[in-house]
Amino acid sequence: MILLAQTFSWIFRPPLQGREILKQMEEVGVRSFPVVVITSAFTGMVLALQSFTGFKRFGAETMVGTVVALSVTRELGPVLTGLMVSGRVGSAMAAELGTMRVTEQIDALYTLATNPIKYLIVPRFLAATIMLPVLVIFADVIGILGGYLVSVLILGTNPTLYIRRTWNFLEFSDLYSGLLKAICFGMILATVSCYQGFSTQGGAEGVGRATTKAVVLSSLTILISNYIITAILF
Amino acid sequence: MRVVRRISNGKDNQRTMSSDSPNKIRVVNLQKSFGENQVLQGVHLEIQQGESMVVIGGSGSGKTVLIKCIIGLIRPDEGEIYIDGLEIASLNERGLNEVRKKFGMLFQGGALFDSLKVWENVGFGLRQHTRLGEEEIRRIATEKLRLLGLKDVEDLMPAELSGGMKKRVSLARAIALEPEILLYDEPTTGIDPVVADAINELIIQMREKLNVTSIAITHDMKSAYKIGDRIAMLYQGQIIEVGTPDEIKNSSNPIVQQFIQGKSEGPIKMI
Repeated sequence: MILLAQTFSWIFRPPLQGREILKQMEEVGVRSFPVVVITSAFTGMVLALQSFTGFKRFGAETMVGTVVALSVTRELGPVLTGLMVSGRVGSAMAAELGTMRVTEQIDALYTLATNPIKYLIVPRFLAATIMLPVLVIFADVIGILGGYLVSVLILGTNPTLYIRRTWNFLEFSDLYSGLLKAICFGMILATVSCYQGFSTQGGAEGVGRATTKAVVLSSLTILISNYIITAILF
Repeated sequence: MRVVRRISNGKDNQRTMSSDSPNKIRVVNLQKSFGENQVLQGVHLEIQQGESMVVIGGSGSGKTVLIKCIIGLIRPDEGEIYIDGLEIASLNERGLNEVRKKFGMLFQGGALFDSLKVWENVGFGLRQHTRLGEEEIRRIATEKLRLLGLKDVEDLMPAELSGGMKKRVSLARAIALEPEILLYDEPTTGIDPVVADAINELIIQMREKLNVTSIAITHDMKSAYKIGDRIAMLYQGQIIEVGTPDEIKNSSNPIVQQFIQGKSEGPIKMI
C-alpha cells in the first residue's frame, strides 16, 4: 500500500521516463499478446460448447451467443488476461527487480541520484495499467469470435442469428465494467510484483521466493478484487 | 521548497564553520543495529578535502554499513553525518538525492545495470541529470572509459565483461558526473592480483586527476597501504585506530597488528 502511494506520488513528477515506459509497454502488451489470444480463443470456444450442452436441455440453444459474449466481456476476458499476464509479466518483474536488489543495482540507482521507484516501478505500473485494458479488448473480440466459430462451424447454428443474439443483448456497461476490472488488475499485478521484487532479500533463493510470491499473491488478489469490483458494479 | 532551504542552510553553516572545520566528511557517534546485531556502535571519523581514507576491518565488521550510511543508502539509528557541513542523516529522500549528486560509488560486484549497454551504464547519470543529447553522452562515456584504459567496449552488455572490466566500467560510471567524493566498496576483492594492482593505480589517478575525496573499504592490506593517505580500522562497531600507513604498520594495538599481519591467533577471535 505504501509502495502504491509512493508510486502515485512519483508518476506526476518530471522527468517522465518515456523510454522505459515504452519498453515496458512492449513487454507487457506486445509480448503477452500471443498468450492472451490463445487463452481467450479457447475459452470462447469451450464456453460455446458447454453452454450449448446445457441450453439444449431446455431448448434455448439460440442463447449461446449471448452467454458467450456476456461471460467473456464481463468476466473471463479480464480475469483470465489478468491471471495470464501475472504469470508472464508479474514473475518477470519480480525476478528482474529482485536480481537488481541482490546485485546492488538498486543501491547503484540511489547513488546516481535516481529514485528507483521513479525509474523502475512507475514505468512498469503505467505500462501494466495502460496495456491490460488493451489486451482485454483483444481478448473480448477473440473470445467472442472463438465462440462464434465453434457455434457456426461445429454446432451448426445460424450465423446471422448468432450475431444478432450477441449484438442485441450486449450492453456498453458489459464492456466498460470489464475494462475497469482490467485497469484495476493491471495496477494490482504491477504493484504486487514490483513490491515483491523490490523487497527481495537473500541472494538467488530470495529471488526465486519473490517470483513465486509475486505470481501467487497477484493472482489471488486479482481473484478476490474481481468479486469486490463485481459486487460494487452489480 | 522546504528541502532546498535546508540545503542552502547547510551551505551557510559550512561557510561559517569552514574556519574551524575543513572536513569534507565528518561522522559523529554513528550507531546502527539490525535486530539484535549492533553493527555500528558509535563510529567517529573525519575525512579532509582531497584525502584518501581507507577503512579496514574483518568481514562483518560493518565497513559496508558505514559507507552505505555515508551515502544515505542506510539510515543510521543514531549519530550524525556531515557532508560539507550539511547534516544528512536527518534529510528526507529528496534532500538526500541532492547530496548524492556529490558522490560516486564503486560497488563490490560492479552493480552495472544489466539491461543497458556499457556506454549507457556510464552515461546513466548524464542522461538522468543533464539535457545532453545521446551523441554527446556517448562521447563523454567513451572518454571516461578511455581514461580507465577501456577501448571498444561501448556496445557490449555487462554480462560480456570480465570481473576486472566490470569494476572499471563501474568506476567510469561513478566518475561520469564528476563527483567530489568517491566511495569504493572492496575495489580489489575477487579479481586477480595484476588487475587488482591496476585498479589501485586507477584509484590513485582518480585522486590526482580529479582531486576527489575518497573512502575505500577493504581487507586487502596491500591495496590499503597503496591507496590510503590514512587508514582507519573498524573493529566491533568502532574505529579503534586511525593513522597513516606507516603509523598503522607500527601500531602498538595487538588487534591492529593481528589484522594487518593476517594471523589467526590473537585478540580477534575466530568463531
